[in-house]
Amino acid sequence: MIEIIGIIFIIIGLLFNLLGCIGLNRLPDVYSRLQATTKCVTLGTCSILFGAFLIKGISTTGVKALLTIVFLLLTSPVAAHAVARGAHKSGVKLWEKSVCDQYAEDDK
Amino acid sequence: MGKRLVLFIFSFLTWLILTWPVDLQHIIVGLAVAVFIAAVSGGLFIQRVHHFRQPTRYLWFCYYIPVFLWECLKANIDVALRVLNPRLPINPGIVKVRTTLKSDTGLTFLANSITLTPGTFCIDINAKEGILYIHWLNVLTKDTEQATQLIVTKFENILKRIFE
Repeated sequence: MIEIIGIIFIIIGLLFNLLGCIGLNRLPDVYSRLQATTKCVTLGTCSILFGAFLIKGISTTGVKALLTIVFLLLTSPVAAHAVARGAHKSGVKLWEKSVCDQYAEDDK
Repeated sequence: MGKRLVLFIFSFLTWLILTWPVDLQHIIVGLAVAVFIAAVSGGLFIQRVHHFRQPTRYLWFCYYIPVFLWECLKANIDVALRVLNPRLPINPGIVKVRTTLKSDTGLTFLANSITLTPGTFCIDINAKEGILYIHWLNVLTKDTEQATQLIVTKFENILKRIFE
């Protein structure tokens, strides 16, 4: 029974990762693409790892999977922030239909 | 001394989880590694030791985890629906919000939470003036105060009780 739940979690995770990739292709600029990749891919990967934990139980593999979730949640937003800030500092433009850019206004 | 002790406990626990199942060899090596880490990087990570002795902070942290996971799930479904919609209903922009948090840890957690929740992610922080620059996938308001209400407040109230 617990294995089936684990497999369901893994399938949900794969689905979210797929959606993240579709978002990466469809969205118009660096910043919007980062939105899709950080959110969907983080939750997708966490879900896959949690599924692995459910299948393996509290064992060598399972506990490492849980620890990886914690590290992933801590580091992936930081990476997104670094990429976005680097892109903005080096002058990558927002999508032309963007509403506002108050960061550029304050940066001058 | 207190700073190093807290860091020692953290790194030792992480080591034990990493080398699960616990046995004597792992404990001995773990003790050595944790002592080394605590000695080398002692004062860098933990600034205010007295916070670790206040149990209410841990309780608020336990409350924060389910709130955060729920928001995270909503964020994913929201972004997924926008991505799958053939008309691609997005309205992106960078807005400015204010925060009253001051500590580094608090700001880091706030920025990370914002990044993992609906359609928003943090581009830069101005810690001196308490300003966060947020890229918003669907800008509802350009006004700083309203944006603060919509994005920051729900996490800030909890994080203030944990880290400030």
